[in-house]
Amino acid sequence: MTKIEKKEVEINIDEALCKRCGFCIEFCNAAVYEADQDGLPLVKNLENCTNCRLCELRCPDFAIRVEVIDNE
Amino acid sequence: MSRPEGVQLMEGNHACAWGAIDAGARFYAGYPITPSSEIAEVCAHELPAYGGTYIQMEDEIGSIAAIIGASLSGRKSFTATSGPGFSLMQENLGVGIYQEVPCVIVNIQRVGPATGLATQPAQADVMQARWGTHGDHPIIALSPASVQEMYYLTIRAFNLSERFRIPVIILGDQVIGQTYENIILPDPASLDLVERKKPLVPPEDFLPYQPDENLVPPMAAYGDKHIVHASSTCHCETGYSNFKYGTNRQLLTRLKDKIYNYTDEIIEVEHFGPDDAEVTLISYGASSRVCKYVVGEAEKEGIRVNLLRLLTIWPFPDQEVREALGKTGAVVVAEMNQGQLIGEVNRVNASNTPVHLASGIDGELIRPEIIMTSIREAVK
Amino acid sequence: MAVKLSYREYFKEDALPLMWCSGCGNGILLRAITDSLADLQIPPHQVVVSTGIGCWGKADDYMKTHAFHGSHGRALAFGTGIKLGNPDLHVIALMGDGDALAIGGNHFIHSARRNIDITAVVSNNFNYGMTGGQYSPTTPLSSKTTTSPIGVAEPAFDVCGLSEQCGANYVARTTAYHVTQMKRMITAAIQKKGFSVVEVLNTCPTHFGRRNIAGDPVSVMQYLKDITVNKSRYEKMDEEEKAKYLVTGELVNKDRPDFLSVYRELNPAASETGRGESK
Repeated sequence: MTKIEKKEVEINIDEALCKRCGFCIEFCNAAVYEADQDGLPLVKNLENCTNCRLCELRCPDFAIRVEVIDNE
Repeated sequence: MSRPEGVQLMEGNHACAWGAIDAGARFYAGYPITPSSEIAEVCAHELPAYGGTYIQMEDEIGSIAAIIGASLSGRKSFTATSGPGFSLMQENLGVGIYQEVPCVIVNIQRVGPATGLATQPAQADVMQARWGTHGDHPIIALSPASVQEMYYLTIRAFNLSERFRIPVIILGDQVIGQTYENIILPDPASLDLVERKKPLVPPEDFLPYQPDENLVPPMAAYGDKHIVHASSTCHCETGYSNFKYGTNRQLLTRLKDKIYNYTDEIIEVEHFGPDDAEVTLISYGASSRVCKYVVGEAEKEGIRVNLLRLLTIWPFPDQEVREALGKTGAVVVAEMNQGQLIGEVNRVNASNTPVHLASGIDGELIRPEIIMTSIREAVK
Repeated sequence: MAVKLSYREYFKEDALPLMWCSGCGNGILLRAITDSLADLQIPPHQVVVSTGIGCWGKADDYMKTHAFHGSHGRALAFGTGIKLGNPDLHVIALMGDGDALAIGGNHFIHSARRNIDITAVVSNNFNYGMTGGQYSPTTPLSSKTTTSPIGVAEPAFDVCGLSEQCGANYVARTTAYHVTQMKRMITAAIQKKGFSVVEVLNTCPTHFGRRNIAGDPVSVMQYLKDITVNKSRYEKMDEEEKAKYLVTGELVNKDRPDFLSVYRELNPAASETGRGESK
């Protein structure tokens, strides 16, 4: 049996660049995000994140950075 | 066809095309229009052998756009047209001026407005050449009066456009464009050609619109490591758009001063006939050829006439015209329109010398009698 | 060892935040384009973006490559001169639906016909956004806009159909939602010799979206998903069903010789590369 190791992921949201469009929250297939009262995405379920990075690519404002943490 | 040598019987339009090629033009984009199409035809035949490219764009708007693009990519480029096409080119002419792109636009003027008379001459695009495009801007426009000048002034136009980083207009006309005359074609290697200034700083320090002491920014080309950002929006020295208070004034002022502080390098006139005269003719292009004949005819009627011929129309030769006005009894402006240059003559008339118009609007080379009538009127 | 280029080599990060509205997909397109260039490892100084007028036309403010920002509708005309002046360049024209298909329509069809080697990325948000939301040649029939308060009386262009009929070598449609597909198409379009068109259906929450769908960006993005269907599904539909959708996918991918190849074949002395050296 092959064991697939889940990588550790870090998500950074630049609050100054984020325009609260809601794309990352709505279209994340793993329900990683939740909106605060202003619509800013908060990382609620980091453990769900599969590092697909679609949120980063769908962010119109370069406000999200998804990076795999290199522990070595 | 290959480049003719020595003395040739040649059409003005052909001489213009050879002037461009000899000046280093290696890109032509145009749309055929009478009476300029021969210029396009020479380029289509000849440019490939020089490593150049000829393309017929879908309209004149695309044509002037393409020559601006090619110039920004590093090639000397030009187009040729007449009134209707020149009108279409106005918006992008402004882009070329604002972005400081060297290129040459040849307007072989014909009767307008609208379709007018395609095969017949006029000189009625003079004010359009100055102010056809919207906004505050300078322009350089030259007026050849012979087939030989169609060759030499085209080369001069390229040199001025490279020196000043500005589109230069050749205000030709159907007579000079389609008349055959003898011209002498020099060895192209003997010509003094001007090339745009290149950046002297390394790429990381380069600002595409940072001017030198003479107000002209050194010019890199697309493809160079010096990155070029050319914008039709108000911009600062980085080339990027800039809406800050003061930027617009600074840019417009520099663009104007870049030309108007150096008119001694641009303006060219010819004095023909006796130094002292009762009547001075002021003229340009084909009309000035008739004026030279009229100087002799007036002498037969006992009227002392001389001619101030403008080879540079824009910037207007304020000083030279003001001086001519001050030294003569009266001026007759001879032009093939209803009076365009005459407004500029009046503007600089500090001596309040009487100014008359000899207007040729019959769709033919202005007849000597029209000018003689104005001369007789002037000495009454 | 050469450093691998990332989108940051092409994208002007210090110009952030982007000027566009919340939920406007233009930034998504910029990311896809700059990622494509990085994947292809094209040096930034060999790239020229030629932009038009309008929201998408302001994309040049965010690029570190060579850039040209010209008059409305003429990005392809200026781009043609830029490309022919130095054929080694990668010229990418960034045009909105109005810039490309209204005022720029003539240059669009001729660029496709002569197959000039330029990549056109058309951001189609179904209206003229920058000027306040007037209708454009791609506004769907009956839509409400500021100049069609009771509905537009003209049908919309099929941008891809037009491109195909005029002879473009590569024609593809996607949406601002389909980012993976978008990047793949832009990469293929840049690599393709000849005229390439990538039409990206885009969100305009402030104008077209607010007046015809809803005011929130998510609803407008959802609309793009709802009105499109991928090629493989589309081909199985009957005509009635097809009429309800815009098909996405790579619609044309061929290799007709581009303008300069044909020109050089007919004129062997014309310059191979570079800027045309004099004899």
